[in-house]
Amino acid sequence: MLSNFLSYIFQGISITIAVTLVALPAGLVLGLGLALVNTYGGVWLKRLSALYSLLMRGVPPVVLLFILYFILSGNLVNLTPFWAGSVSLGVISSAYQMEILRGALLSISGGQMVAARAIGMSRLQAIQHIILPQALRIAIPPWSNEASIVLKDSSLVYALGVPEILRRAQQLSATTQQPLLAFGAAALIYFVLVFFVNRGLDVLAKKTRLPTQHA
Amino acid sequence: MDSPILQAKNLTKIYGQNVIFQDISLDVYRGETIVIIGPSGTGKSTLLRCMNLLTPIDSGKIFLNGKEITARDANEDKVRQQIGMVFQNFLLFNHLTAFDNVMIGLSKVKKMPKAQAREKALYELNRVGLSDRADHYPGQLSGGQLQRVGIARALAMDPSVMLFDEPTSALDPELIGEVLGVMETLSREHMTMLVVTHEMGFAREVANRIVFMEKGSIVEQGAPDDLFYRPQHERTREFLWKITELYGKKEEKS
Amino acid sequence: MSDVPEFLIRFWPILLQGAGVTLLLTVQGLAAGLVLGMITALGRVYGGKTWRGLAIGYVELFRGTPLLVQLFLIYYGLPGLGITLSREWSAFLALGLNSGAYQAEYLRGSILAIGNGQMMAGRAIGMSKWQTIREIIVPQALRLAIPAWANEPVSLLKSTAVVFLIAVPELMAQGKIIAARTYNPIGAYMSVAVIYMFMVFVLDYGLKFLERYVRIPGFEMEARKA
Repeated sequence: MLSNFLSYIFQGISITIAVTLVALPAGLVLGLGLALVNTYGGVWLKRLSALYSLLMRGVPPVVLLFILYFILSGNLVNLTPFWAGSVSLGVISSAYQMEILRGALLSISGGQMVAARAIGMSRLQAIQHIILPQALRIAIPPWSNEASIVLKDSSLVYALGVPEILRRAQQLSATTQQPLLAFGAAALIYFVLVFFVNRGLDVLAKKTRLPTQHA
Repeated sequence: MDSPILQAKNLTKIYGQNVIFQDISLDVYRGETIVIIGPSGTGKSTLLRCMNLLTPIDSGKIFLNGKEITARDANEDKVRQQIGMVFQNFLLFNHLTAFDNVMIGLSKVKKMPKAQAREKALYELNRVGLSDRADHYPGQLSGGQLQRVGIARALAMDPSVMLFDEPTSALDPELIGEVLGVMETLSREHMTMLVVTHEMGFAREVANRIVFMEKGSIVEQGAPDDLFYRPQHERTREFLWKITELYGKKEEKS
Repeated sequence: MSDVPEFLIRFWPILLQGAGVTLLLTVQGLAAGLVLGMITALGRVYGGKTWRGLAIGYVELFRGTPLLVQLFLIYYGLPGLGITLSREWSAFLALGLNSGAYQAEYLRGSILAIGNGQMMAGRAIGMSKWQTIREIIVPQALRLAIPAWANEPVSLLKSTAVVFLIAVPELMAQGKIIAARTYNPIGAYMSVAVIYMFMVFVLDYGLKFLERYVRIPGFEMEARKA
């Protein structure tokens, strides 16, 4: 019985993964841009990006998801629920990823920038070749935490009708009258997915760790 | 001697209300090793940082090979490629091996072809006696080795002047020698060097000229023998007396 | 967006009601989670094999799955085992269990930071293991955990918003009602967002104040790690 349930819900896995794979990189690109602007930008850029982070992180993800969803699937832009939901999750995550990356950028001592400038690098070159490679390494462990949060938050697009794991579990629960088994199977699948995301990123952290860097 | 390679004219640096140094003029000639000495907090390090534009000056002009580098249209990045700098706290790039620390300026700033950059980086590491530490990360090197990599990194850019900002003051005493040794060799090879240090032995033996700075201005300058044995100013005499009290005795013992 | 002030004025009674439910859920979940978290953390650090296994299993399970799935499992799934809970109780249970798993980790961190010395000192003056835990370890652990723990109330407050999906009449649920009534979902959810933001800022500010108020000089995680 459980195996039947698992195989039906399994078809939702690809959508859950797809939502995550759109949201996470979108949030990373946006978050990295914001973090750079917040760390190296002028006064106004700093204030604006800080305000963005504050507002976005002050509202529950599911509320933001609904606001963004209705904006992205309205008259001006009209995305499918899948794309609207995924992009919205990415935008929500960007504020959290910005904070992670900002912390990592700030943890690189100012001397690194000075030394890079001293051998003739421009500010941009120094950020690209010296600051970012160090900051991104530092950011991997907290970022891996954010990755599993986005994966778990992808279940919120259930509410938009996107047929991902939870939505499939709910359909199954309705047709079979076996909610415990249906949602239990969904929980199990999420658990395994989150587990693999964490392990995978642990491996990445170990691979990129410098021999002298502490865990 | 020909015209100076690096020339500072009436430099002044002010932080808020604090005058760091005022009206400093200094000519550095090709192949010269100049050692700047003086009490802590007299603006020696700031002066060095201003010389390669890492810290902006408030007034005055700096010329490199006769061209004003403090001019508005001067390309700071280009200028710094020609002026090497060695830092008190090394400031190696933490995510790169010793080899890559030396090479990154060549490949990313000078855009040198990979093979050529590699060869050059190895040559410079060899020059400071560290070719066997090429693949070590900064965290795996001793202070003396770190500083020698720092010197190699600066040398790799083929600068016309090298600035040393207290290169040995963060080192354990037993590691100072290896760094000073590299610097002495450089000096003998006629690298143009401007060195801020408290190592009086190095100043006496290696420098062509010694500049004594106090409270933000140059009090006196001259050949080591003149300055050490026939100082013209009372303040120079006092400083040298104090510093030999402090460091001289240690030197005699070791 | 321009409808937000109008909505706030027009619908303030139900919005206020919703915010009240949201706050209640937060406080209840936080309290339940604190008790659960402390028991779990102590079990994991000082317990035998069974306790440790249970603690790890609980924490990993609840941190490794979405809150929404936990909520559905409790509300729709538990009746299958003969346990039928109201919407409110289901929400309370899901939020408490979920928060407990996170709070356990904050508390475990601070218990570990206290180190063995305090336990030894307690035993040395003749306290039992349980007494030492109660009298010496727990008070210190609670104090030490505050900076890390201070994120949890805001985090939980934001988490409560998903329980509208089992129709608990909290703030987000009121947003949905307003959206349906006005045919203006963006304005409705924006109004809700503004209220959440206000609550988050007040809570955050209050906790920062509390943090400063209860600080014992020299008694901090950072100081101990060194």
